[in-house]
Amino acid sequence: MEAAVSAIGEADAAWLAARRRDAWRRRLLPLVGGGALLFVWWALVEVLQVKPFIAPSPQVVAYTFYAKFGMLMDNLKLTAFEAFCGFMLGNLAAIATATVFVHRKSVEQAFFPIAVLINSIPIVAKAPILVLLLGNGMEPKIAISAIICFFPTLVNMVRGLEAVSAQSMELMHVLSATKTEVFFKLRLQTSLPFLFSALKIAASTATVGAIVGEWIGSQEGIGALIIQATYNFDSALLYATVLCGSIFSVSFFLLIRVVERLVVRWDATTMA
Amino acid sequence: MSVVQAVECRNVTVRFMSQRQAVTALSDVSIALEEGSFLTLLGPSGCGKSTLLRVIADIVRPTSGGVSVFGQAPEVARRQRQIGFVFQDPSLLAWRNVLDNVRLPLEVGGKRSLPAGSRSPEELLAMVGLGGWEKALPHELSGGMRQRVAIARALLGGPRILLMDEPFGALDEITRDRLNEELLRIWRETGTTILFVTHSIYEAAFLGQKVLMLAARPGRVREVVAIDLPEPRTLALRDTLGFTQQAAHLRAVLETC
Repeated sequence: MEAAVSAIGEADAAWLAARRRDAWRRRLLPLVGGGALLFVWWALVEVLQVKPFIAPSPQVVAYTFYAKFGMLMDNLKLTAFEAFCGFMLGNLAAIATATVFVHRKSVEQAFFPIAVLINSIPIVAKAPILVLLLGNGMEPKIAISAIICFFPTLVNMVRGLEAVSAQSMELMHVLSATKTEVFFKLRLQTSLPFLFSALKIAASTATVGAIVGEWIGSQEGIGALIIQATYNFDSALLYATVLCGSIFSVSFFLLIRVVERLVVRWDATTMA
Repeated sequence: MSVVQAVECRNVTVRFMSQRQAVTALSDVSIALEEGSFLTLLGPSGCGKSTLLRVIADIVRPTSGGVSVFGQAPEVARRQRQIGFVFQDPSLLAWRNVLDNVRLPLEVGGKRSLPAGSRSPEELLAMVGLGGWEKALPHELSGGMRQRVAIARALLGGPRILLMDEPFGALDEITRDRLNEELLRIWRETGTTILFVTHSIYEAAFLGQKVLMLAARPGRVREVVAIDLPEPRTLALRDTLGFTQQAAHLRAVLETC
């Protein structure tokens, strides 16, 4: 009897240990993959004697990132601010538009094709138009960033607000709930998982929008720095700037994911 | 001198327009349901059982014919919260805990307070056997427990009639049997009139004082079968000869539907 109990205990312990090993493997393997790629990059630059103005070696990029950290951060601050403003503006507009679309089908039918049309214009083509319209300050960058966020959030939010089940709607009808009550008690919460998948996409695209906006006639910001570094054949600075931009973009994405986990606690699919 | 019936349907016909042709879901259905009784609706799929329930709950308007719930139009009965509805899917709000799901009827449709003397959400949860689960979220519950929450929610405010649309259809047989027995107990405790749709012969015979049998395409009344079984009914009753004979009769009628 006791032997059997301790055997089960051992099996449990072994199983837990295996699970822990597995968790560590999942955490470590991406690092191993990244390290291997860095090594290949370094080896190629060394072996093929690549000129520094064509491509830098990883350790030079790392040194530049360290040495010019202050300057990079000054520029990132601006880009991050533009991306954040664009993110807020674009997504709030998308949520508001989706709310109207869901309640007024005729408005959706009238304006959704136009939203598709505007979305189909490449962002690099929209950017100059907005620079002409809004001048050379932060405004066109924020606008580009907002526009780039708008469409995916609009589509997801409309889908999310309409993802309520037929029986939930019947329940609300039996309870004589008003349209406003159905919206705030049922539709809004149902849409949140859809909204957050859009917001996670928007977190990266908002950064892209701000950077692309800075490519056109701008003196500061990550986008401007990319252009300057390219024209000066300063490949190390170019790579360090790109690195800086993507670290921000990934952090923004992770921030949204943390907020999602705090807000959407009920969705079994995202909790697993 | 006529007594006011809990539900009265007079020559109710419901037609839908589907993609291609008009579908007659219900054709000339007339039923009467006494207050405090337990009627089960049995019939093959497509016989309009669910549609009839939705007509009574004012979810679907009949194409022709008249419906009254406690002598009033269904819309009036719905607005006065005389109707409780339990769907096949529990339709719980995933972000609300069990207690807040049961309290939902107090927050919509004019934020009414509980009528004096009616059971509190906590009491209703205890009645459906979920005392102590108030703070759990729906995804932490089993299918049977979710349906218990839905029943408690439907009973909040003490509705005079409970409409149930195959509420246990998606549950396993063991859970379903247990809930059948508990539903009879709840019916006796609350005195609520219950109209219960099912496609299980045994469920229909076990629960109903009468079984209303509907035929399909178009949905129409085939027969009303009175179930004569000793009260209070328990699951052991299902193994008796009397029950088996009643079920056999229902099956024979069902074959003509």
